[in-house]
Amino acid sequence: MGLLSFATFLPIAGALLILAVPRKNLPLVRIIAAVFTFIPLVITSYLWTQFDYTAAGINTESGFQFVEHLPWIPTYHIEYFIGVDGLSFPMVWLTTLLSFLAIFASWNIDKAQKGYFSLFLLLVTGMMGVFVALDFFLFYIFWEVMLLPMYFLIGVWGGPRREYAAIKFFLYTLFGSVLMLVAMLALYFNVGDPVNGGHTFNMLHMMNQSNHQPWLQVFNVRFWLYIALFVGFAIKVPVFPFHTWLPDAHVEAPTAISVILAGILLKMGTYGLMRISYPILPDMARYTSYFLATLGVINILYGAFVAMAQKDLKKLVAYSSISHMGFVLLGMAVFTEAGMNGAMFQMFSHGMITAMLFLLVGVIYDRAHHRQIDGFGGLGVSMPVYTGVASLAFFAALGLPGMSGFIAEAMVFIGAFPVYRTLTIISAFGIIVTAGYILWTVQRVFLGQLNPKYTEIAEINGRELFTLIPLGILVVFFGVYPMPILNLMKTSLNYLVTLIP
Amino acid sequence: MNNLESLQFFIPELFLTAGLLVTIIVELLLKKEQKVFTAYLAATVLLITIFFLIRQYAIEPAALFGGMVVIDPMAVFFKILTAVSTLIIVFFSIPSFRVKAEYYVLLLATTLGMMLMAQVNDLLMIILAMELVGLVSYVLAGYRRSDPKSGEASLKYILFGAASTGIMAFGFSYIYGLTGQTNLFEIQQALQSTQHNPVILFVAFVLIIAGLGYKIAMVPFHFWLPDVYEGAPTPVTAFFSVGPKAAGMAVLIRFIISIVAGVSADGQTFTANAPIHAQELLAVLAVLTMTLGNLSALQQKNIKRMMAYSSIAHAGYMLMALAVFTSQSVEAVMFYLVVYMFMNFGAFWVIHRMTPHLGSEEITAYTGLGYRAPLVAVAMGVFMFSLTGLPPLAGFIGKFYLFAAVIKAEWYILAVLGVLNSVVSLYYYAYVTKVMFLNRGDDESAVSISSYDTALLLVFLIPTLVLGVYWVPVISWATQSLHFFLG
Repeated sequence: MGLLSFATFLPIAGALLILAVPRKNLPLVRIIAAVFTFIPLVITSYLWTQFDYTAAGINTESGFQFVEHLPWIPTYHIEYFIGVDGLSFPMVWLTTLLSFLAIFASWNIDKAQKGYFSLFLLLVTGMMGVFVALDFFLFYIFWEVMLLPMYFLIGVWGGPRREYAAIKFFLYTLFGSVLMLVAMLALYFNVGDPVNGGHTFNMLHMMNQSNHQPWLQVFNVRFWLYIALFVGFAIKVPVFPFHTWLPDAHVEAPTAISVILAGILLKMGTYGLMRISYPILPDMARYTSYFLATLGVINILYGAFVAMAQKDLKKLVAYSSISHMGFVLLGMAVFTEAGMNGAMFQMFSHGMITAMLFLLVGVIYDRAHHRQIDGFGGLGVSMPVYTGVASLAFFAALGLPGMSGFIAEAMVFIGAFPVYRTLTIISAFGIIVTAGYILWTVQRVFLGQLNPKYTEIAEINGRELFTLIPLGILVVFFGVYPMPILNLMKTSLNYLVTLIP
Repeated sequence: MNNLESLQFFIPELFLTAGLLVTIIVELLLKKEQKVFTAYLAATVLLITIFFLIRQYAIEPAALFGGMVVIDPMAVFFKILTAVSTLIIVFFSIPSFRVKAEYYVLLLATTLGMMLMAQVNDLLMIILAMELVGLVSYVLAGYRRSDPKSGEASLKYILFGAASTGIMAFGFSYIYGLTGQTNLFEIQQALQSTQHNPVILFVAFVLIIAGLGYKIAMVPFHFWLPDVYEGAPTPVTAFFSVGPKAAGMAVLIRFIISIVAGVSADGQTFTANAPIHAQELLAVLAVLTMTLGNLSALQQKNIKRMMAYSSIAHAGYMLMALAVFTSQSVEAVMFYLVVYMFMNFGAFWVIHRMTPHLGSEEITAYTGLGYRAPLVAVAMGVFMFSLTGLPPLAGFIGKFYLFAAVIKAEWYILAVLGVLNSVVSLYYYAYVTKVMFLNRGDDESAVSISSYDTALLLVFLIPTLVLGVYWVPVISWATQSLHFFLG
């Protein structure tokens, strides 16, 4: 068993261990959860030091790193095939980081903690698996494995409308997944395995266009397969008009789960498009690119305008996620090196920034027990440290230079402008709207007259700062010096761009 | 093969018959408190029968009793499956039927009928075997004599059963009239060698499908099922949901590969004997069956009725695969039945053991069960999500093979309708877990379960979990059993 498998499956071992701990021993439950998410973080950090920056991956097995390739169900050509390249590794690392921090954001979950932490650890394995799987069947299993814990984490530990939000999330994502299942099987039966002549779930063989059998070369077939995959991934992103599950799920989910949802799960949609749809059906990616870019621009503007109208702070952050994911879509739709790298960098950067925002909303909700933007005011006086961290996060979300969000958005614009000039100009207005709602929110919550109800409100505590500070440092560090991440991804992404005709 | 020679290949059935008679006699000798012994006797009889059945894999496919029945690996597969399901049902029933020795005799008699259904090769034998199963089932459904619902279930079952058998026999008479044969193989030869009027064949096909469809609860012949499932004692309901359905599937498969179509030279696909659009009709019926099953299940308040409609939906999924006429689809159905047995029995076991504690079969009675009996509730959740077809549970692998068979045959629209049905089914299965875990009831007292209950629960839970991750043995078993005797 390699280190990558170890990091992927260790959380499940932690989940089983937690189930064996007596219910009263709450500190031990938390410690186990923290340890079993910290070790994967250590492992992926170690793997980062071992990472080969020149290997492209994407469609050649030799280009992948830390590969483990074992037979699983030989009669059906299903393999246990995992590995990372520049496209997946930043997400893998981000997953381990956010999972570890989210454990601390879950510290004061007040009921059924054993169930919560074991489901959380199961979720971590699911997320890791999605990013490392290179066998489509394995990918699908991990993709679906995440649904169950997510359903319960929102449904049991969520807010007042949690049942509705949980089942809505579940039904939406399952709808997307089953379409993906049909597309996956259709690919399986129409891709020849160059090694043994049979069929294969190996994604890399599916990417090799010469393995496609004649039926799979028909334009309509490819188009509808692309659409089926696209819907599956678009629901996760979520791309307008498939986004309606997101505000409900985010608002009802407990803080840590919102962090995971926005920080990692949303990225799986765009990751899936880059990992699966683009290399397997590159001509369709090109054919539908204008459509995707348009959806991206709609996401940017629609998300931003709706965010501006929100009264609930958490809902505002949720809609800002929709808006920011639009930049990813725009960047990846143009097939330029700058655009693609910008999109991927935005995935990474937004994962950190939105995680901070949700953590900050959680902090204030724990104290005030409401999230109405208009219900606060002048918190800068009573909570100066909190206000400082929050301002950093909000400015990062706004795309202020010196923060990672700015680099990402600038790269997307640089990449997109020569290709879709009008769309890029329109989407640039999104920046203004974003600045509008963020500054307006900061003003209403932190500035102005102090709301007398909150003169005695407790300052942000050490545990909460512990979850926020590492992200804050990274956001600034990668905003000033983004090369560590860009170096990780650029070989793979530049190669991916060359695959698109 | 003549009758005397055939007997040596009929040992499991003969043994089962003997065991059945012995059980009746032993029951007469036992005092009331000792009568539970007959249950263990029945279990032993079934175990030995299964042992004999496994040994039948060594036998070359052959026709027995002048072609009335056949012995081939597929028959053996279904015989083992039905015998195992009855064996489980015996243990399932012990807590509630301790003094009812004749109940176990009836179970054994049904098993004999199901084993015959698995190996029929003659029109008359189809009717005989199905009636044997049917007649005993009517008695089982009405077993709680004092309960009017049970009586209603039995009566509905009899009326529907009698009517559909009559219709099926009428369809058989067309086939006999056209070909002059009752042996399935002879009929196939006759249909392939001479052209008959497709309209008449189509009418015969529809009539026969009506009879077979009633057995597997295919829409529009499903009306009996929810009432029977609700009215019958829960162990009997569980029994009906797997064994007789599997036997019905076995007959349907034999019917398809003999009268409707023939296995092509490569053994992979079936070629229709006559242009009667049987595939299209089956596909439409499959979509109707699963859609109606799922949509009706959405509205159920009683958990047994919900399971009834869910079982209609699952019949639809299996029918969907059968409609594409490939050996892979038959293999998928065989695999699915194995998986279905574990998850469905598991769900019924939870329902059966929890009903006395909860005092009701309403789904809302399960509110907060996750906090009162965590293991039972988690197991129920696993069965529900497995029935939905979510990985990494066995139900997903079962559905995966069904959809794979359909997609391999390039029936994409059928597959898409099937997967969309899965999404619909999520709502009512998740509803059960929702009330168990997401809500809390007024009664928070812990529900204690006996170690017997836990043990049997694990018998269902472990395969449901393990087969979702590693299912090679079962699929290889199904693949190796996929050898039809024809000619």
